Amino acid sequence: MARPKALVDMSQHYCPGCTHGIIHRLIAEAIDTLDIQDRTIGVASVGCSVFTYKYFDCDMQQAAHGRAPSAATGIKRVHPDTLVFTYQGDGDLAAIGTAEMLHAAIRGENITIIFVNNAIYGMTGGQMAPTTLVGQVTQTSPYGRQIETQGYPMKVSETLATIEGAAYIERVSVDSVKHIKAAKKAVEKAFRYQMEGKGFSLVELLSTCPTNWGLSPIEATDWLRENMLPHYPLGVYKDKGGEQA
Amino acid sequence: MAKVIFDEDRCKGCELCTTVCPKKIVVMAEDRINIKGFHPAQVIEQDKCIGCGFCAIICPDLVIEVENKGAKTCRKEC
Repeated sequence: MARPKALVDMSQHYCPGCTHGIIHRLIAEAIDTLDIQDRTIGVASVGCSVFTYKYFDCDMQQAAHGRAPSAATGIKRVHPDTLVFTYQGDGDLAAIGTAEMLHAAIRGENITIIFVNNAIYGMTGGQMAPTTLVGQVTQTSPYGRQIETQGYPMKVSETLATIEGAAYIERVSVDSVKHIKAAKKAVEKAFRYQMEGKGFSLVELLSTCPTNWGLSPIEATDWLRENMLPHYPLGVYKDKGGEQA
Repeated sequence: MAKVIFDEDRCKGCELCTTVCPKKIVVMAEDRINIKGFHPAQVIEQDKCIGCGFCAIICPDLVIEVENKGAKTCRKEC
């Protein structure tokens, strides 16, 4: 077990225990497995993951907030033989970027979205996100998210699974070794589907934010397991051309 | 014989690796700090390592490398 080739040999800026590092490794391992490092173009979002362009050893583009799927659409259409993926958090994808994400799926763009869901805005200091759980305390929901005033958390995978243009939608988690292994397979499958030209794919990874949740990294993984897993069930939500879950 | 190698200066002391080791041999080095100012994770009892690689799989910072030469791999929980 060694550092994947597609990941630059440097220390990353993420907080201690932040699962972005695990997800970066999974993507790099998938790129290595498919042997497409020289044909991969990533699109970074806005958020903590804004610096992904420094960490992946492939071509990267930095998109405006929420617009990564649109940038990826352009890149993919100009270079149809490349692997194009976006790396987006829940604040980026499910709030300001909802239209871009939805319409990329509706158009059936042959791109892959890596969606990191930690139920909070990370970089800006822990504000409530569309994916924040009911009752969850954040900087902008100090009494917990209230349904009456703030509505329900957005379920991105379930929503996209209803869209005809989407080919592969799966929700995985990175809270345990077992789930990380499943997540690795999901990322690989999404990339493989794209290279086979099957169409739009999205992998939602449930992730932690120990700093903004106000927990230690170990407590944060426990919190994910106890609170996020029941609300965001893991599984394949759509698999066009594959076995339906 | 399995062996765990830690790139100590990359460790941020999150302790996630200590929670997944089936042999509970990954511990924090409370007696020293690394270049980042954290207590790094370490394995003192290398002979007890079974080379399952769980610590390396959960490490967010690619600190851990596991060499597994002919050691039996733990299939529990995976």
